Amino acid sequence: MLKAHLRDCLATLGRLWRDKINTLLIAAVIGITLALPAGLHVLVQNLSAVSYSWEGSLQASLFLKDSVNETRGRQLAQELGRRASQVQYISREQSLAEFRALSGFGEALDLLADNPLPAVIVITPKAQQTPQQVDQWLEELGRLPEVELAKMDQKWLQRLYAILDIVQRSVLMIAALLGLAVIVTVGNTIRLDIENRRDEIVVMKLIGAPDGFIRRPFLYTGFWYGLAGGVIAWIFVRGALLAISLPARRLAGLYESSFTLTGLSFSASLLVLGGGLLLGVAGSAWTVSRHLSRIEPT
Amino acid sequence: MGEAISFHEVGHRYPSGHETLSQVSFALAQGEMAFLTGHSGAGKSTLLKLIACLVRPTRGQVVINGQNTGTLKRRQIPAFRQDIGLIFQNFNLLYDRSVFDNVALPLVIRGFDHDEMGRRVRAALDAVGLLGREKVLPITLSGGEQQRVGIARAIVTKPALLLADEPTGNLDPTMAREIMQIFRRFNEAGVSVLVATHAVDLIQQLPYRILNLAQGRLTSERPVGHHA
Repeated sequence: MLKAHLRDCLATLGRLWRDKINTLLIAAVIGITLALPAGLHVLVQNLSAVSYSWEGSLQASLFLKDSVNETRGRQLAQELGRRASQVQYISREQSLAEFRALSGFGEALDLLADNPLPAVIVITPKAQQTPQQVDQWLEELGRLPEVELAKMDQKWLQRLYAILDIVQRSVLMIAALLGLAVIVTVGNTIRLDIENRRDEIVVMKLIGAPDGFIRRPFLYTGFWYGLAGGVIAWIFVRGALLAISLPARRLAGLYESSFTLTGLSFSASLLVLGGGLLLGVAGSAWTVSRHLSRIEPT
Repeated sequence: MGEAISFHEVGHRYPSGHETLSQVSFALAQGEMAFLTGHSGAGKSTLLKLIACLVRPTRGQVVINGQNTGTLKRRQIPAFRQDIGLIFQNFNLLYDRSVFDNVALPLVIRGFDHDEMGRRVRAALDAVGLLGREKVLPITLSGGEQQRVGIARAIVTKPALLLADEPTGNLDPTMAREIMQIFRRFNEAGVSVLVATHAVDLIQQLPYRILNLAQGRLTSERPVGHHA
C-alpha cells in the first residue's frame, strides 16, 4: 500500500515535470496567492516588534485630588504597585520643583499663592497586560475617590495597537479568502485534468480499478501543486524581505534604533509550505469527490 | 461443474422505457466457450454489460462465478470486475502508455510487485504473439496487434471468464481469424469464453454453441442462415 502511494506520488511528479511550463504557471499562481498573506504576516509581525520596543515607555498618570494628603497618596501608590510593573508617587511639592526646574516658568509660579500642581502617581503597566486590559484598569482607577483624572500617556501608541489589531485580523481574513482561492485554483486545474483523462478513467473502471486507485494520482497532483506553490510563495517573501531590508535598516538608523527586519520564522515557513500542501490536497479532494464518480463506463 | 454465467429470466429496460432484453435464460458452464450473435441493436452489448455489472438487470437474476450481480454494492464492483477479462471492439487502450504499461495495468491495480508483474506481462504478451513489443506505443501497432494487446491485458490476471464485445469488428478477416484462434487456445486452457460477434461466417464452422439474440430475446442456440 505504501509502495503504491510512493509510486503514484512519483509518477504524478513525473507527469507534471513533463509539462513543466504549465505546471510552473499554475504553481506560480498558487505561490502568489499564498505569498500575499505570508508577506502581510511578516509586515504585521515587524510593526508589532517596533511597537513593542516602545512598550516600556507606556505609562499612565493618575492625577490625585488636592484633598488627598501625601500619606494617603503614597499608600495608594503602594496598593497599586502590586498590579503594575512600576509605580512612582510624585507629591505636589515634587511636581512643583520639577516644573520649576524644567519649564523655566519658575518665577511665574512665585506669583501664585497656592501650588497649582496636583500630586501624581505614574504607573507603568505590567508588560503582559494587553492594551485593552490596561485601558479597562485605567478606567477603574479613574473612578477611585482619590483620583481626579486617569490619563494614558502616549495615546498614539494605543491607537497603533488598535490599528495593528485590525490589520492582524484583516490578514487572517485575507489569508482565509486566498486559501479558498488556492482550493478553487487547484480544484479547477484538476477538474480539467479529469476531463482530459476521461477515457483513461473509463478504461480503469472497466478493468476493475477501485475508486481509491483512480483518485490517488489526482490527489497527488494537488499535493505537488500545493507544495510547489508553497515553495514559490516562500521564495517570493524571502526575496521581498531581502529587497527592503536595506532601506528598513537605513530608516531604523534615522530613528537611532537597532531594529532589524525579522523574516519568516521557521514555523511560519513550515506553515506556508504545509498550508500550501494541505490546500492543494483539499482542492483536489474536493474536485475529485465531485467529478470522478460522475464518470462511469456505459 | 459449476456455471461461469447463469441468466434466469433476465430482463433489462432503460428508465426511458425502452426494453433491450426480456426473459433471457441461459448458462455458460465453467470452461465452456460460446458465441453470442444477433443484429446490432438486438441486445448483445447489453447482455455483456449485465455480465460485467456495467448495468443491472431490471428483472430476473444474473449470477457470475457464483455472485449475484443484483446484490453487489457499488464499492464491491471493482473487485467483481477484476475476475472478468473484458475485451472491446475499440480496444480501449491507453495511447500515452507503452504496450507493457497497458498490459500491466490490471496488475498495478492489484498491487503486484515489480518482478512478478514483469513475468506475468511477458507471459501474457507471449500468449498473444507480441513478445518483444513491450516498449512500443500502441498507436504504432496495427489494429490486429492492438486487439492482441487488449487481450493480453484481459488475460494477464488469469481470469476464469473472458468476455469479448465484437473483438473483430474493426479488423480484416485474416486478423479476425487470428483473434478467434487466440480465444480458442485460452478456452482449451480452461478459461470460459463468451464472444459477442456478428461475424457469423467466421464462427459457423467452429464447434461451439451459438446463442442468437433477436429483439432482446434469445431465439435459438444456433444461428439461422447466413448473414454476410
